Amino acid sequence: MSRNRIFLLTGLLVALLLAGVVSSFASSSPDGLSAAARKGCTFDARGDITGGDCLARRETKNQTDDSPLAGYGIRGLGDGPLSTGLAGVIGVLLTFGVGYGVFRLVRRPTRSEPTNVG
Amino acid sequence: MDIQAMHIPNGFIDGSVSAAFAAIAFAAITFCALRARRDLDERLVPMAGLVAAFIFAVQMLNFWVLPGVSGHLLGGALAALLVGPWVGALCVTVVLAVQALVIADGGVTALGLNVFNMAVLGTAVGYLVITALLRVRVPLFATAVIASVVSVLVAALGFVLEYALGGGGGVSVGAMFAAMSGSHLLIGLGEGLITAMTVTAVARTRPDLVYALRRRPVESSSDGHVAEGAPHVA
Repeated sequence: MSRNRIFLLTGLLVALLLAGVVSSFASSSPDGLSAAARKGCTFDARGDITGGDCLARRETKNQTDDSPLAGYGIRGLGDGPLSTGLAGVIGVLLTFGVGYGVFRLVRRPTRSEPTNVG
Repeated sequence: MDIQAMHIPNGFIDGSVSAAFAAIAFAAITFCALRARRDLDERLVPMAGLVAAFIFAVQMLNFWVLPGVSGHLLGGALAALLVGPWVGALCVTVVLAVQALVIADGGVTALGLNVFNMAVLGTAVGYLVITALLRVRVPLFATAVIASVVSVLVAALGFVLEYALGGGGGVSVGAMFAAMSGSHLLIGLGEGLITAMTVTAVARTRPDLVYALRRRPVESSSDGHVAEGAPHVA
């Protein structure tokens, strides 16, 4: 196995461990942007808006809210470590695949094979 | 364990402002793709995919910054260090696109805003700081920390600009500026440590895979045109 391949597989393994296992130990507090967007509103214990005016009130539905991986979880598996970890593993592999494809295309945008279809 | 959605969702910023930033982001990323062609060789294609996958993974790791407030790596400085500014901006864009389209993290109609802040501004500013610091022989670890802090702060300011142009709700632009810059200074420090540890680990085993070291800015002429062409023109 070449040194490049060893590096690539090691890197992917680290990313899979981070997204698949370590992710379940991440903080679930709102991040810097969400916290800033909540300024001006009051919240109940569950984090739902109870009053006031804030940027977070303007949030509207996302077109992809029904995705089976929405919110870093597998639909039907709840939001436990298994669901989060599996979503993370799929996300890492998907991102690698999409990135690989995009960079392949960017590298040779003009050298496409002539096709006789149609 | 519920991982928070972390990027700008739909609705925060008016549609017309979102559309304008989508157009700017699209133009900047197209320019990056044209320039990236020069950097992408057979070996860098899978490495760039790995950088995108790694950033996706680390973005899931929200860390504590203030009581009740967390943060996560954005990745612009890390991408610029490992694969350079052009490929790096594309890496962050791939991550944001997968998150918006598959994870529902970041609004689909807000994708241009998120790409502009984190992929375009974050990577461009990170790279400018990296080249400036490495040129005056600042060690790689410190360079990575400082570049990350500046990169994250500027990305956060990108959001404040978008808020000023098309936001709304409870707080003034000044209060939004204070909230975003305060939390993102700390997020930038956390990102800086992660970025510095990652890049020095790669540099120790495979220095040839660190773009910022490969292209030591010795020849000032080539360095000048890189800075000039950086995609931070808004």
